[in-house]
Amino acid sequence: MEYYDEMYSGGQVREPYARLSEWVDTMPADFRQMKQAEAEALFRRIGITFAVYGEGGDPDRLIPFDMMPRVFEQAEWRRLERGIKQRARALNAFLRDVYGRAEIVRAGRIPARLVYQNEAYEKAVVGVVPPRGVYSHIIGIDLVRTGKDEFFVLEDNCRTPSGVSYMLENREIMMRMFPQLFRQNRIEPVDQYPELLRRTLESVAPPKCSDRPTCVVLTPGHFNSAYYEHSFLANLMGVELVEGQDLFVDGEFVYMRTTQGPKRVDVIYRRIDDPYLDPLCFRPDSMLGIPGLMDVYRSGGVSICSAPGAGVADDKAIYTFVPEMVRFYLGEEPILNNVHTWTLWKQDDYKYVMEHLPELVVKEVHGSGGYGMLVGPKSTKEEIDAFRKKIEANPSNYIAQPTLALSTTPTFVEEGIAPRHVDLRPYCLCGDRIELVPGGLTRVALREGSLVVNSSQGGGVKDTWVLSE
Amino acid sequence: MKLRVTHQTVYRYDHPIRNIVQSLRLTPSVFEGQKTLEWNIEVTGGIRGPGFRDGAGDWIEGWTVRGPMEEVAVSITGRVETRDTAGVLRGHREMINPLAYLRDSDATKADKGLRALAASVSDHADNLDLAHKLSAAVSEAIAYEPGVTESQTTAAEALKLGKGVCQDHTHALMAVARLRDLPARYVSGYLHATVDGEPHEAAHAWAEIHVENIGWIGFDAANRCCPDERYVRLGSGLDASDAAPIRGIAAGQGDERLDVAVRVEDIDKLQSQSQSQTQS
Repeated sequence: MEYYDEMYSGGQVREPYARLSEWVDTMPADFRQMKQAEAEALFRRIGITFAVYGEGGDPDRLIPFDMMPRVFEQAEWRRLERGIKQRARALNAFLRDVYGRAEIVRAGRIPARLVYQNEAYEKAVVGVVPPRGVYSHIIGIDLVRTGKDEFFVLEDNCRTPSGVSYMLENREIMMRMFPQLFRQNRIEPVDQYPELLRRTLESVAPPKCSDRPTCVVLTPGHFNSAYYEHSFLANLMGVELVEGQDLFVDGEFVYMRTTQGPKRVDVIYRRIDDPYLDPLCFRPDSMLGIPGLMDVYRSGGVSICSAPGAGVADDKAIYTFVPEMVRFYLGEEPILNNVHTWTLWKQDDYKYVMEHLPELVVKEVHGSGGYGMLVGPKSTKEEIDAFRKKIEANPSNYIAQPTLALSTTPTFVEEGIAPRHVDLRPYCLCGDRIELVPGGLTRVALREGSLVVNSSQGGGVKDTWVLSE
Repeated sequence: MKLRVTHQTVYRYDHPIRNIVQSLRLTPSVFEGQKTLEWNIEVTGGIRGPGFRDGAGDWIEGWTVRGPMEEVAVSITGRVETRDTAGVLRGHREMINPLAYLRDSDATKADKGLRALAASVSDHADNLDLAHKLSAAVSEAIAYEPGVTESQTTAAEALKLGKGVCQDHTHALMAVARLRDLPARYVSGYLHATVDGEPHEAAHAWAEIHVENIGWIGFDAANRCCPDERYVRLGSGLDASDAAPIRGIAAGQGDERLDVAVRVEDIDKLQSQSQSQTQS
């Protein structure tokens, strides 16, 4: 398979990488090792670690950081930016619609059962229109590249996409370690993200809020693998980090316990999944949530970001209809393409996929984090046969996609630099405006030949540059 | 029929608790079969929070009670005028697509027994017939017997026991209806019934099954009938917990004791009784 190399084109260095190329070529090996050790020490001191569920081992394991940045030129980014914003608008329009009149279902453009029987569809919020009609306020859109101008959306994350702290820290650490690189290259900043996030949250304050809105970040607690990110974002936004027990409902509002007494809370950026938000509305046994929260939310006393029920838009089965959403709601052609997807509950698709397993990538419909997936070309016959049995047992739990020729960028390895496959997750903010900081989080599959970039599967991260004009 | 409802739920705690938050689905539905003449909800020491009509058409009210206290009573007094709509929930305004009620919860999850029960009813050209037959099959399979099941009992467990109360009948009927691809939901409400002239347990539950071209229709498998003018409908959900008239959480330690008293009386009969008493 041919892979698009983002730095080299037939032995020539592409323009955006010109200065980086010199930097790498003139870097002594011992200097590189020293810097890599320094980067690791910085990450550990800051405290960014990533616990992987179910893997055991060191819960404070670092996500490997690769010092070689990934670079986009301005024109490339502008097109991506337009495509991402377009998709974000369509996803929110879809959410507004399926919790309202469901025009897209009535028009027969998406099967009703796919929406209403979806586990993430919350009947408790049908008819609720959140402030500014926004259900998903932070949308992480996972993109891969297969050619100069060929980008595909792998999946949308409309609930609480994580990883943005890595985007910010990667930049911070690169600037600290290699200030000269930031003088030689004109790189668009990303450090305005926390300010934009806070503005976004404030812009969706509930109708009953008259003053400057009080925002909080709601975390399940320090046992959560993304706890670091929760505290990091709260800190940078200058808002409180709270757990469920720090908040309570009294009358028509939600309050936070403070040393100066109860303080009303207007906007909750929650990093807790829907079923745990409120034991009086969802799982009665949840200890993480706030009893009565959903009644306050549904009567306009508090905003929840993302809104309960937003997950129905990022399901892998719904994903196949996002281009249709763009056409239906916006009357535009999608700027970013989906990956062709076979849905295994359709008979024809099932037949095709079962005959072509060694070529395809198969994923669980509700899975995430790179768990429970098969990468056909990278699997042994035994692995494929075992997976085939899993599919046969429950076909509707799977979708399949062609194995994409993910682009590579140079990455530091033992012997110097070598191409490794990457993806990109930009974080789109939706409030009164739709905002996007240039770049996003680049994840890199550090194992040679691997196409799985998830940190749980041996992936690392890189700083992502968008060059100014 | 004019029904008078008095419903009191008293929570007693052996240690004073800090506060209580409740979400009440305790207001009669609005549809052709019933008209609310008067309805009062009171929670001792409570602050009335947000009230709103949800997508299912239910009126929801949040209440909070600031502690410390050892006892909280939720009291309902009201009068409702009802009429028989042959079980059909006509004129009820709601927004949720019936297909959302094809999803299972733990209480209604199918097992071998429920699948067999669902399959025991032969195919019907008419889904209304099918729903009636399924309801009859559940009535046959589960005998009404209080005290053998509890609030956590699932449909599968109740069917295995072959005994249960209205909650169990309802869960089982929902499970078999969904297995036959009919959307089904749990309805909580009141029932005016007498056994040998004495008022009968009046807090009640039944199932609603959605039949295309008709809409939602109530089926009371425990009483082998469809709801009529003796029934007062409060609200619905995916199972008993989702449709519970009172969902609440108390902050504090110690045990909770619960006393519930419900009376649903026929106002006309009460009046004629009191008249006859004055006459005699």
